[in-house]
Amino acid sequence: MSLQNFINDAISPWLNTEGVDNDIVLSSRIRLARNFEQVPFPTSGQEDALTKVLEYMEQEFDQQSYEDFKQFQLVKMNNLKPIEKRVLVEKHLISPELSDKDQTGAALISKNEQASVMVNEEDHLRIQLYYPGFELTKALEKAQELDNWFEDKIHYAFDENRGYLTSCPTNVGTGLRASVMMHLPALSMTNQMNNLIPEINKLGLVVRGIYGEGSEALGQLYQISNQITLGKSEEDIVEDLKSVVQQVIENERRARDWIMEQLGIQLEDRIFRSYGILSNCRIIQSKEAAKCLSDVRLGIDLGLIKNVSKTILNELMVLTQPAFLQQYAKKTLGPNERDVFRANLIRERLQLEN
Amino acid sequence: MNCQRCQEREATVHYTQVINGQKTEIHLCEQCAEQEGYMNFSNDNLSIHQLLTSMFPFDQNVNQKQSVQTTHRLTCDRCGTTYQEFRNRGKFGCSHCYLAFESYLNPIFRRVHSGNTKHVGKIPKRIGGNLHKQRELEQLQNNLQQLIHDEAFEEAAQVRDEIRQLKEDLNENKGGDA
Repeated sequence: MSLQNFINDAISPWLNTEGVDNDIVLSSRIRLARNFEQVPFPTSGQEDALTKVLEYMEQEFDQQSYEDFKQFQLVKMNNLKPIEKRVLVEKHLISPELSDKDQTGAALISKNEQASVMVNEEDHLRIQLYYPGFELTKALEKAQELDNWFEDKIHYAFDENRGYLTSCPTNVGTGLRASVMMHLPALSMTNQMNNLIPEINKLGLVVRGIYGEGSEALGQLYQISNQITLGKSEEDIVEDLKSVVQQVIENERRARDWIMEQLGIQLEDRIFRSYGILSNCRIIQSKEAAKCLSDVRLGIDLGLIKNVSKTILNELMVLTQPAFLQQYAKKTLGPNERDVFRANLIRERLQLEN
Repeated sequence: MNCQRCQEREATVHYTQVINGQKTEIHLCEQCAEQEGYMNFSNDNLSIHQLLTSMFPFDQNVNQKQSVQTTHRLTCDRCGTTYQEFRNRGKFGCSHCYLAFESYLNPIFRRVHSGNTKHVGKIPKRIGGNLHKQRELEQLQNNLQQLIHDEAFEEAAQVRDEIRQLKEDLNENKGGDA
């Protein structure tokens, strides 16, 4: 596989379109957890029954289309090579848990990769929709429509009091998890994230670094999502999340203005140094790569760097993860080899831009 | 940077620990991290389960022996999941488990969902008529309370009539498609 192809394939088509506020919110996601009424949940491990769910989904929905989501394709886990699964995981089309379910796991993926329905992960169906930028309302609306499309044929497990029944008590009710992926370099630089995260948690929302642990998010990428799924309507869950995200966006913009004003040439220096490192490095660790990528993306958003595409941060954050690198190299790499390989990959990718 | 423990290999695992505001950074190579228990990747799920099961308020305040005995015997008669298994794994086995373990669920849901135990969101179309109307009724009754509270009596009278109509519809449909 050539690098050019690989990169093209590693990025879902929908990510290349522009979205609202996409200088800060990279993507919005809606996930609905659903189960068949009469079938034990995947957590029960009753493979015969789960195989029937898989066969049903294949028979009814493989190669079908629903409005914008054309040509769903059912991909069975046991037909995939490890590297192919890994690619799907890194593109967030399937979860690592699903990729382990060789016998019964599958994903129903639309051609534009915007909709992906995991079959027999923790629940029978996990309907996921992605939109670029800050588009939670639209994503929810479309997810509901898609849900209705499935519901025309499938008898969902539903209880008047408890709502949609799920394997895990944390998803019961709406089965809805709404989330946004945000790039917050200025709030991080001005040390405001440590104050902001507990405040957001108090509102029943979860903030976590997308890569890295705890408050130390690699690449200044954060995911914010709802925690509560029971006792609130889908619309309220999304509205509550939106109002918090909106405030975070405003804070980040203010912080960006502030650092531009206060740091001026120093900020420019930092950004172009990072750009220089990425374009010229021969050995680079994932932590440094993430920091530099975040700087470069900020430089693009502030209009300082002009000839590099915005998606570079999303792309390279995925491509330079240790596990992904090894899959790409098709062999196990020691830590030092990994850093050399990562440096090569980043340099080549940046050259493609020019 | 070399590994703090063996001082030989390069440190590739970086661990930041914050206890009572005291931040400690630990830098280890993979081998040492595994030995020191910082890298139990295969057990990752377990910790989430533990976190979840620790939220389950079991057997406190109740005579412990007795409650363990009765919950032991509690089994979902459709999928065979026992209450004990549900408790350990933090996962239901099938939709029927919700009924089988019903009497233990409210405290769990309250903890996980900020005090909520009842669904108020989307209803599948097939569930149809009555439940949708029931929801509407609850909504109108809330509105009525608010209107009375705000002393908007004219509007309140309208809402009251709507409620009456809806109740009649519901009575007619009783035993219907719900």
